[in-house]
Amino acid sequence: MPAEIRHPKPVPDWETRVFWEGIRRHEILLQRCADCSAVQHRPRAICATCLSSRVEIFEASGRGTVHTYTVTHQNQAPAFRGSVPYVLAYVDLEEGVRVLTNIIGCEPGEVQIGMDVVVDFEDLDEETAVPRFRRA
Amino acid sequence: MSLSGKVALAGVYEHPTRWAPDKTDWQIMAESARGALEDCGLEKGDVDGLLAAGLGMGGLGIIQLSEYLDLKPRFVDSTNIGGSSFVAHVNHAAAAIHAGLCEVALILYGSTAASSAMAIGTGGQAGREPSAAFVAPYGLTTVGGYAMAAQLHMRRYGTTSEQLARIAVQTREHASLNPAAKMRKPITIEDVLASRVISDPLHLLDCCIISDGGGALIVTSTQRARDLRKRPVRLLGCGEAVWHQETGSPDLLTIAARQSGERAFEMAGLTPREIDLAMVYDSFTITVLLTLENLGFCKPGEGGPFVEGDRLSRTGGLPLNLDGGGLSSNHPGMRGIFLVIEAVKQLRGESGPRQVADPALALVHGTGGLLTTQHSGATLVLGAD
Ligand SMILES: [Zn+2]
Repeated sequence: MPAEIRHPKPVPDWETRVFWEGIRRHEILLQRCADCSAVQHRPRAICATCLSSRVEIFEASGRGTVHTYTVTHQNQAPAFRGSVPYVLAYVDLEEGVRVLTNIIGCEPGEVQIGMDVVVDFEDLDEETAVPRFRRA
Repeated sequence: MSLSGKVALAGVYEHPTRWAPDKTDWQIMAESARGALEDCGLEKGDVDGLLAAGLGMGGLGIIQLSEYLDLKPRFVDSTNIGGSSFVAHVNHAAAAIHAGLCEVALILYGSTAASSAMAIGTGGQAGREPSAAFVAPYGLTTVGGYAMAAQLHMRRYGTTSEQLARIAVQTREHASLNPAAKMRKPITIEDVLASRVISDPLHLLDCCIISDGGGALIVTSTQRARDLRKRPVRLLGCGEAVWHQETGSPDLLTIAARQSGERAFEMAGLTPREIDLAMVYDSFTITVLLTLENLGFCKPGEGGPFVEGDRLSRTGGLPLNLDGGGLSSNHPGMRGIFLVIEAVKQLRGESGPRQVADPALALVHGTGGLLTTQHSGATLVLGAD
């Protein structure tokens, strides 16, 4: 198994704090617009589709499929230098949004486009967790 | 009233340096300005528009640059949309000239990206943009963003690493004809595939080099350009697009070039079929392949077979990146300005051993930012006068 990824801590702002508080409780929170029903990732004060302020939080299932990925063999940023090779991926969640993430828990060579995955939370400390995905 | 044909590239200059630990970005820009003015026979006092962007230029950089050059422009633009910025600057300068806001616009770039040791492709991405907290934990690199597009293209269409490598091999062949190019020793497809994997499926030789460098463009009305030293190169069409592929989850393989290219061809009243040569931003081999598809040179998914054989060579059906591109000639952090410079030289017939035979029409396309997340595209259709 490859080296564990040492995830740098996300730094939320007031708009995105709700997401990271959810992650700390091991929940992926998305937004749905009460006016146009659009679903969006990365919470924001408005619906990016229709600019309505009536955006409501809901919990995602945590299931999705790998849209695409790359096995990263070189990253000179200090936090990742010791973690290569690692899998960077886009995962399409069942709810219809795409999230940037890492695929963990398997050899990088086993990851495939279309593979079913499920969320896996890593607690970085008592305040912070990071969602990654593993094979379902 | 369309500005098609009304505005021209009058002067160009590519700074010969590829390694300049003894120079500053400002110095490279100033030396390039001097070169472009000499190229067209204008004087510094003729310049009344200034456009620039750079990795080292902060929010007030355009004012600092004006002071450094002792210019007092009446039109400025420091739009920074990544490596395509200077292609977009041509659009903006043309619009300003056409509207009477200035007469002679100077577009500048200079950078010591290599000698100041910036890890441009693999240094990670972090910042204060709204998406930062959702990127920082996962180790997204610039190469990684493009590699995810390559992986998807291979899976969806059966594109191969050999086909991507063909782009790098052809570009190197052109670089071997350019005395100023940084990497001139010819390479083979096997060399590309044997080079180490940076971000699967992209190898080291699928990635642009890092160099120092800079350049300058002078844009003015076609009427005025006709009185100057060199044959004008007219701007026939231009287009821009800013694109993102996370929110709304659109197709990762549809890129900004589709929108900017359509606009540029429509303004020019031309189609890809009529183009004699193309200068396309080649941050990575996949960037070229996706750009050719999205500009309409071939259908989506047909980029792999399209770049095989000699089509992209100096004597092929679509001569591409004749200066040796970012893959082999130079890539000082942003390289959009060099796309325009080489296209102009080719249309003037000044490219020496790498000259395409009598080209009349050139296509320039810059890609900036990070494909598969947030990026930009700027397209020009240029014609010999
Ligand atoms: Zn809405």
